[in-house]
Amino acid sequence: MLHRFANPTRFLRIASVVQPWMAWSTVLLGGAGLYLGLFSSPADYQQGNSVRIMYVHVPAAWMAMFCYSSMAIAAAVGLIWKHPLADVAAKATAPIGACFTFLSLFTGSLWGKPMWGTWWVWDARLTSMLVLLFLYLGYIALVNAFDDPTRGTRASSILVLVGFINVPIIKFSVDWWNTLHQPASVMKMGGPSIDASMLWPLLLMALAFTTYYLWVLLIRIRAEIIGNKIRIARLKQVQIT
Amino acid sequence: MSTIKEIIDMGGYGAFIWPSYGVTAVVLLVMLIASLRDLRDNEATLQALDVSTKEEPVEKKT
Repeated sequence: MLHRFANPTRFLRIASVVQPWMAWSTVLLGGAGLYLGLFSSPADYQQGNSVRIMYVHVPAAWMAMFCYSSMAIAAAVGLIWKHPLADVAAKATAPIGACFTFLSLFTGSLWGKPMWGTWWVWDARLTSMLVLLFLYLGYIALVNAFDDPTRGTRASSILVLVGFINVPIIKFSVDWWNTLHQPASVMKMGGPSIDASMLWPLLLMALAFTTYYLWVLLIRIRAEIIGNKIRIARLKQVQIT
Repeated sequence: MSTIKEIIDMGGYGAFIWPSYGVTAVVLLVMLIASLRDLRDNEATLQALDVSTKEEPVEKKT
């Protein structure tokens, strides 16, 4: 089943069909999420309107970890089974994941100032998220650092897999260490503990971020596959002349 | 929440909420546009290369 989609030519055909669906889903889900999050949902009884930052902060942080986990799976598949499309997917995911990580840190900082009284604190959750950003940036630098793309891919795949240890550390950091950051209130044992009026915009925005990721991922994978074709065509041209 | 002023003010938290949403929108849009531009550029380059390899190997810059 996976092999059927791992063929780049077939993938390109499927991608061009799926891409507009992802684009429209992002616009519609994002529009609904923004309306509910900014205008329709109630202010928090403790945090007031500042709670509205949650609707971009939490989905960005979820996506930051989701993208990294996807990259780790793709890197493992690329290393073990040598699927060229897996390596391409990992490389295409990295900049999107880095954007989400930056956004979670940035919006978290803007939420922290009014609620905690500080833009930044060196506690486990914030620091491990910053480490995640550096892992993304390190991967992007490494994968592009070699003239021979296969060497860059191999080295950077190993970096992603070693760095994956950081993902459970981020997730459980709020339970393992003392922190200003609140513990999980959606993804936890016993179900979410936030009201439906706030859960809906949160889930809509999370879905919109997910479809955005898939949309941009497809664009980047297509660009990457064509980039590989360009490299091969240029090599052929050099051999001819 | 009805007047524009109230929407901008957001109960005193507007200065924190609007930059959060604004920067998120800008970053995601820039990522999308940069990716689309990459794709367009690569498509054009490949097409030009295909044309030039089919012709005689005349010096042609892409």
